[in-house]
Amino acid sequence: MIEVRDLVKNFGEFCAVDRISFTVPEGAIFAFLGPNGAGKTTTIKMLTTVLNPSSGNLLVDGRDPRHEQRQVRRSFGIVFQDPSLDDELTALENMELHGVLYSVPSSERREKIATLLKFVELWDRRNDYVKTYSGGMKRRLEIARALLHNPRILFLDEPTLGLDPQTRNHIWSYIQMLSKEQNVTVFFTTHYMEEADRVADEVAVIDHGKIVAQDSPAALKEKTQRQTLEEAFIVLTGHTIRDEEASSSDRMRMMRRVWRGGGRR
Amino acid sequence: MNAIYILWLRQIKRFVRSPSRIVGSLGQPLLFLIALGFGFGPTFQKAGGGSYIQYLAPGVISMGILFTAVFSGIEIIWDRQFGFLKETLVAPVSRLEIVLGRTLGGASVALFQGTVVLIVCLIAGFRFERVLFLPFALVFMFLIAVLFTAIGTAIGSNLQDMQGFPLVMNFLVMPLFFFSNALFSVAGLPKPLQAVIHLNPLSYGIDGMRGSFGHVYVFGLGTDFVVLSTLTAILLGVGSYFFSKIQL
Repeated sequence: MIEVRDLVKNFGEFCAVDRISFTVPEGAIFAFLGPNGAGKTTTIKMLTTVLNPSSGNLLVDGRDPRHEQRQVRRSFGIVFQDPSLDDELTALENMELHGVLYSVPSSERREKIATLLKFVELWDRRNDYVKTYSGGMKRRLEIARALLHNPRILFLDEPTLGLDPQTRNHIWSYIQMLSKEQNVTVFFTTHYMEEADRVADEVAVIDHGKIVAQDSPAALKEKTQRQTLEEAFIVLTGHTIRDEEASSSDRMRMMRRVWRGGGRR
Repeated sequence: MNAIYILWLRQIKRFVRSPSRIVGSLGQPLLFLIALGFGFGPTFQKAGGGSYIQYLAPGVISMGILFTAVFSGIEIIWDRQFGFLKETLVAPVSRLEIVLGRTLGGASVALFQGTVVLIVCLIAGFRFERVLFLPFALVFMFLIAVLFTAIGTAIGSNLQDMQGFPLVMNFLVMPLFFFSNALFSVAGLPKPLQAVIHLNPLSYGIDGMRGSFGHVYVFGLGTDFVVLSTLTAILLGVGSYFFSKIQL
């Protein structure tokens, strides 16, 4: 469903993604793990047509995101790392807008919006402005929105960040159901290792722009001789704490690292 | 088509929901209308120019449209900061549709503001000299609105945050307004200043409005319309181009 070969992205001198290759089969749940600034979000951006790769090949649903933008965009739903809702609109209006942009027919749209908003337990608040929502509610709304146009692939960039365990469980069981029953392919990043351990069929670990390991969670634990995926992750990526920056612009963050000297340690 | 409509509707909803913005953007044109209109009125009359309010009204209306339009276009920066821009950028619609939806939405809002200023002008003593030409005046108001929203879009697509906004206001919007025929007549001005005013698209919009409301032209309705609509089409293209270059 997703095929990546020798994918490279340079920002100036800084190499954010360095010749990575991986394949995600249809219907699989694929966890893309890595420390902060490892290149996860950059990779997602390239797969989702909003950033052009420097070189390499990539196929999403059998199509090249560079040349068949519109078809690729129709095939996936995405939850970004940062919020992407219109705060001045209500939940219902945000959903409507998405449905129209993805040309979901209006009768189906109304039904699907009701189902999804009920599922994420926002139906009672559907006519409230999103600016009155808590972080967790916004997150749930974004997940519901990403599912509205029946995507074949779901990109989730830290989808459960800031959610309580109840909501996380609820959302993951729904996503697992989608993958099993409707064969939806799921590509996600997370910092919650136990989450990846529990739901992912396959895990790729990326560090400094390179994939350092790729296997099932069980195989990774076995290979590194560790009990949990978290410990295995630390064995694979080391103990160094990465700079976590609040800046919304990845590019600035990377440029700054180049200016400070030494893109990688 | 639907994408254009829903993005237009979004702009309208956001506008209607912020009454402070509606009132706020009326302040400046009203100040100019009342202070300059009544302040310079007697002098203008004595110099043989007739009623100054009659001359000034189209300029003040265009000011209301200009400011709202540029601001609506630049709003892209907010969408970038609050994240909504991403939602539109990954949607399976062309960037041109997105720009058209946004621009028409922003332009409708600006046209509404211009109409409110027009009504206030009527209260202040402005009169239509040929009512039948009123639709033409509205066409010019709309063209000004689209043109400057497109300019705002082009600029907003190239700015990363709101820091550059005062720069745009002081070095683009204000000069566009002052170096036009909004406040004074072109006749008898120094040649270089005349040239600048002739190069300013806003002058053609104001001239068109003035011609439609009364009989006072410098360029003529036909010229005004051709120049303005051509520029509007070009700038829509430029706006779409810059917008399509946005990467996340």
